Amino acid sequence: MAEAIGSAAGAQSLLELRDVAKVFAPRTTFFGRGKSRPVRAVDGVSFDIRAGETLGVVGESGCGKSTVTRCILGIHEVSSGTIRYRDRDGRMIDLTALSEHERLAYCTDLRIVFQDPQASLNPRLPVIDIVGEVLKVNHLLPRSEIEGRVRELLQRVGLRPEYARRYPHAFSGGERQRVGIARALATNPRLVILDEAVSALDVSVRAQTLNLLKDLQQEFGLTYLFVSHDLSVIEYICDRVVVMYVGQIVEIANAADLFARPMHPYTEALLSALPVPDPAFKRRGRRIHLPGEVADPANRPAGCSFHPRCRFATERCKAETPALRSVAGRTVACHHAEDLALQGVNMGSSPEVQHA
Amino acid sequence: MTDATATGGLSPPRRKLVELGQWGLIYRRFRKHKLAYWSGFIVLAIYAVALFAEFVAPYSSDRYNPRYIYSPPQMLKMFGRDQNGDLALLYVNGYKVELDPVALQRRFVIDESRVYPVGFFVKGEPYHLFGLIPAERHLIGPVDPDAPMYLWGTDRLGRDLLSRTIHGTRISMSIGLVGVTISLVLGILLGGISGYYGGWADQAVQRTIDFLKSIPTIPLWMGLAAAIPDRMDPLLVYFWITVILSLIGWTDLARVVRGRFLSLKTEDFVMAARLDGCSRQRVIWHHMVPSFTSHIVASVTLAIPAMILAETSLSFLGIGLKPPVVSWGVLLKDAQSLLALTQAPWLFLPGIPVVVAVLALNFLGDGIRDAADPYS
Repeated sequence: MAEAIGSAAGAQSLLELRDVAKVFAPRTTFFGRGKSRPVRAVDGVSFDIRAGETLGVVGESGCGKSTVTRCILGIHEVSSGTIRYRDRDGRMIDLTALSEHERLAYCTDLRIVFQDPQASLNPRLPVIDIVGEVLKVNHLLPRSEIEGRVRELLQRVGLRPEYARRYPHAFSGGERQRVGIARALATNPRLVILDEAVSALDVSVRAQTLNLLKDLQQEFGLTYLFVSHDLSVIEYICDRVVVMYVGQIVEIANAADLFARPMHPYTEALLSALPVPDPAFKRRGRRIHLPGEVADPANRPAGCSFHPRCRFATERCKAETPALRSVAGRTVACHHAEDLALQGVNMGSSPEVQHA
Repeated sequence: MTDATATGGLSPPRRKLVELGQWGLIYRRFRKHKLAYWSGFIVLAIYAVALFAEFVAPYSSDRYNPRYIYSPPQMLKMFGRDQNGDLALLYVNGYKVELDPVALQRRFVIDESRVYPVGFFVKGEPYHLFGLIPAERHLIGPVDPDAPMYLWGTDRLGRDLLSRTIHGTRISMSIGLVGVTISLVLGILLGGISGYYGGWADQAVQRTIDFLKSIPTIPLWMGLAAAIPDRMDPLLVYFWITVILSLIGWTDLARVVRGRFLSLKTEDFVMAARLDGCSRQRVIWHHMVPSFTSHIVASVTLAIPAMILAETSLSFLGIGLKPPVVSWGVLLKDAQSLLALTQAPWLFLPGIPVVVAVLALNFLGDGIRDAADPYS
């Protein structure tokens, strides 16, 4: 696929994904392969993450958002494609070519904050061991200094440093997620993957946590890959957004441009589903209801994956798979991107922006 | 962490709770389970008796007295005067022989006119504590070593049933542990491999379990008992049978461990540990195993009474332990005859410790199991 698509215009890229695919093969049993077909959870995904930015990845459940992050972290081995990481010396390293052991060198640079703070913290360990584990096993600090570092991290994420000896059961959901953030920051990482990191939190705590993430990004010069299905959160925190549908990228754009004027019919449909909390505000357009079901990644429709649900679909869409291409300075995978006048959301009336 | 500001303004008990780890929380919940808590003490007491059997028992297990065959249990009485007119704080009455006019049989009955003083820490038969330390003091016994004191009566050779039951505790309570230990090691190892690695290893282990589960154990045990030569030491015979049975009996624990591994493998905190750069060993032993050790403790506690019952019932049937060895099951075997039912019902007394031990272990196991997951 095109080298330049979605790549950095000016800023240096930190991570480059090229044609990344992840296929989950059905389990082979003693009695043969069974009837299920391989699931192409991620199919030919290419994008760059620029140093210092917040890149959002958005899409419905099952569109492959989380699988992409797991490929980057090496939890899943990619089926094809490359993930190249620019290390601290400026060399580009293909993470997919590394052995499990070699990857360990980068586990301190690429960190993740999980969705569910309840499940991601070991209930059997006190916070000091949870946050300090990465420092201990990688010998980043002598044992005697770990406690001090953990207390410092807790303070930085807005928790009392004396809480270091407490167990996760003594914290609220929002506090637990702060512990998760402290764990991710323990190694002074360069890229933090926030996998639905605020989705499990209630709205008031969510806003606090997002503001904390923004502050931390400024302070430590972090790069975020922010995965979410919640567009209002994406709009609030992201610089650029990747929209995925059934394992493929349908659109990449700056957040402001994407919300103002989507180029792909799927993006438009997602945006139209954004709740509008202001009763005085009348939606500019109508809500777009997508007919049918999300395509099965094991049995993708021919041509454009979105065509069975697209109100603009033509014969060409059924036959020919659209490639990601540049259209008027934007990146979109749609045959008719130039011809469609799609509606965005009125940024001015979005409450998140107002209180931001 | 001592001054008030450093504790986050929490009162000491509340602060203790938030800094309690897994075992602290489990203990708190276990304490609330009164039945299990006291059962724990009973189990400890039984094992203490097993450990100090020679000291606790008034006599050795093989001391016999042909003058007192099938003598009935005596009551331990307080404040009596012996032959010399001295006050005895604790005493037992002696026996006299009586001829049953109907059955025309000699029978021992309690003779209230005879008083034998009984004391604590009295000198009696010499023994070696733990097989090493020579000693002759017994927890309780007649002050005169030759006086009859049979609190649970005697058997057909005039052996003290109470002493034999106490000595039997050692075998009965420990032989199960051997089997459970072997089952435990095999169960965790094979269950862990099966759950953690999955794939063909999982298939192999699971099909082996299916096969072993289909083997009927009692016929196997009977066959083995018949196959092992008679000349072998009966204790050794029983030991080998237990080993062989535990080679079959690890399957349940393996299934539990496998299930825990399967569910834990995909937990976010395990994934987080992997992403922290933990080695496979560290992920397994530091992050996964602590999550289910309490469950293992519970299932082991519940497995021991099963082993005790197996020993008792198999010995009762005559295919477990055999007479020179003293165990609860062997003692109960003496109660099989009709004579026992009619003439010497006290021969059933060794059934009491079996019931008490099994119940206490079961309650204890239930309590641990309920407390095992303090996060539920």
